[in-house]
Amino acid sequence: MWKFSVRRILIMIPQIILLSILIFILAKMMPGDALSGMVDPNVSPERLEELRESLGWNDPWYVQYGDWVGGVVQGDLGQSFRFKMPVSEIVGQRIINTFWLSLATLIFTYLIAIPLGITSGRYNDSLLDQAITSYTYIGFATPLFIFALVMLWVFGFMLGWFPTSGSVSPGLEPGTFEYVMSKIYHLILPAIAMALITTVNTVQYLRSEIIDTKQKDFIITARAKGASESRVYNRHILRNSLLPLAAFFGFEITGLIGGTIFVENIFGYPGMGQLFLESITLRDYSVVTAVTLLFGIAAILGALLSDIILSLVDPRIRIK
Amino acid sequence: MSEKLLEVKNLKTSFRIKDDYYAAVDDVSLSVNKNEVLAIVGESGCGKSALAFSIMGLHNRAKIEGNIMFKNQDIANISPAKLNKLRGNNMGMIFQDPLTALNPLMEIGDQIGEALLLHNKDLSKEKRKDKVIQLLTKVGIPRPEHVYEQFPHELSGGMRQRVVIATAIANEPELLIADEPTTALDVTIQSQILDLIKELKDDMDAGIIMITHDLGVVAEMADRVAVMYAGQIVEVSDVYTLFESPLHPYTRSLFNSVPNTAEAQSKLHVIQGIVPSLQKLPREGCRFSARIPWVEESAHEEHPELHEVSPGHFVRCTCYKHFNFPDSSKEEQQHGIS
Repeated sequence: MWKFSVRRILIMIPQIILLSILIFILAKMMPGDALSGMVDPNVSPERLEELRESLGWNDPWYVQYGDWVGGVVQGDLGQSFRFKMPVSEIVGQRIINTFWLSLATLIFTYLIAIPLGITSGRYNDSLLDQAITSYTYIGFATPLFIFALVMLWVFGFMLGWFPTSGSVSPGLEPGTFEYVMSKIYHLILPAIAMALITTVNTVQYLRSEIIDTKQKDFIITARAKGASESRVYNRHILRNSLLPLAAFFGFEITGLIGGTIFVENIFGYPGMGQLFLESITLRDYSVVTAVTLLFGIAAILGALLSDIILSLVDPRIRIK
Repeated sequence: MSEKLLEVKNLKTSFRIKDDYYAAVDDVSLSVNKNEVLAIVGESGCGKSALAFSIMGLHNRAKIEGNIMFKNQDIANISPAKLNKLRGNNMGMIFQDPLTALNPLMEIGDQIGEALLLHNKDLSKEKRKDKVIQLLTKVGIPRPEHVYEQFPHELSGGMRQRVVIATAIANEPELLIADEPTTALDVTIQSQILDLIKELKDDMDAGIIMITHDLGVVAEMADRVAVMYAGQIVEVSDVYTLFESPLHPYTRSLFNSVPNTAEAQSKLHVIQGIVPSLQKLPREGCRFSARIPWVEESAHEEHPELHEVSPGHFVRCTCYKHFNFPDSSKEEQQHGIS
């Protein structure tokens, strides 16, 4: 088990290196740089060229890449031109917010998906199943940003049940009970809005897995042993059907990253997604590359996590 | 005559296709005694497995008519709770494909133990484990303590079939249904498994229904044989009579289709056509008539019945009296035309 995990973690290293090179080259390929927009237009082109030279921006890409990576490894993600402060500091505050939002979304996603998927798969082609399947189709067809706006309008503005922006009420002391509750309160609406849409994949997936497992021979064996229907479902069908969901977990994380970009912007939630979009519009490239890199690492970690989960629950790929 | 364990009377199992019901098992009556092996023989699709599943109540959405008397209790349409008390306890089933018949995520010990647990809640965990290890030893699995903790994918096909058998006999059932238990195994393992089933039968004094399409298995195992065609039993008899003087054209065709080294045949007999699909099954007249077109129409009965030709030997329809295999040159001609 440990051997497997260690080996799996080692594979991540080249993945991350490749990712960082890709991100760096893409960032460099973007037109313009911070000097072309941020500096006084009266500065002469010769002076700009001198500045570029002194900042090392005329070096070949691999030298620049080396400098950048050297910094990243030491936790120095560069300087934000907008905030005039280190990127790592800006990201640090927001990554925690995004982490909690993603975690809450994941919890809601599975809270919705598992009961719906099980019901739908067990009683397939019943009226209930048709209702659930219709919901999933509506979910597939609804763009997240529209749905999030509707949720915000209905529950935030019309009914006033939830706050409409921010991650915590102002004026609360970090660490107090009120502060934590306020954090959770601010999380719920964006998390549910996102979960309701992203969960439809999982519902459909679980449904088809259950329908598939239901017809397997070993289910007949279980019935022939005298197992009751509920035991057949709980002990034999469910575990075999949930297994592929573990493999799906990595994709779930990738989906979340895309989701947070919309949802954080709509709900004014100060997380990585909001920072990402703002930085793109303001050409704050050092932040964009840092955030992209972190998103990429999150996706790779998600895949790692699903591999480890899968190896824990599936004896066929468990390595002794 | 020994005690009747199972008596199936006029069983009809129908499946719904679109808006109609089609009978896969049509008016089947048979009985099994204690310590007796009844073989059910027939081609693929003739309803053998459907019959076995009906007896075990394993069909999901089938209409079951008629009676299945198990120890004088009709189990044809009883409640799931009552059925679950019998299944795995008084009746056990061995399946065709051991590769898929075991839960891939459960340890072997737990899978066999489940059968014990379901019917004997008082058995302590340790006792259950002891019993499972005994069962594994009984079905001839080496190093049972080790296998107890293994998963199905770590065992070979033959070993898995032994596990399936151990599960089926965990509670010493009075009736054991073996649905083509050797089809998925290679020949050397086949005979081991058959020997094992025979041993267990003598041990437990159980009645066995052996479903197979392999006449070798029938000769080896059976006391009595029922030959099924298109959902019906066409011939029943004890195994000696059947092998010595098969009567029904279908039975005779089956025997004739087995390669025989003793007689030099230039060509193996082939039964014309295929078993008709469930929807296209002839429901009137002799169901086999379409596959022996050279036999005259008048030879068949309008409503073929089982006739007792000698004590315990039943044959359906009267066409057997007029049946002869066409000579091979003629057969070739017919093939040429079709």
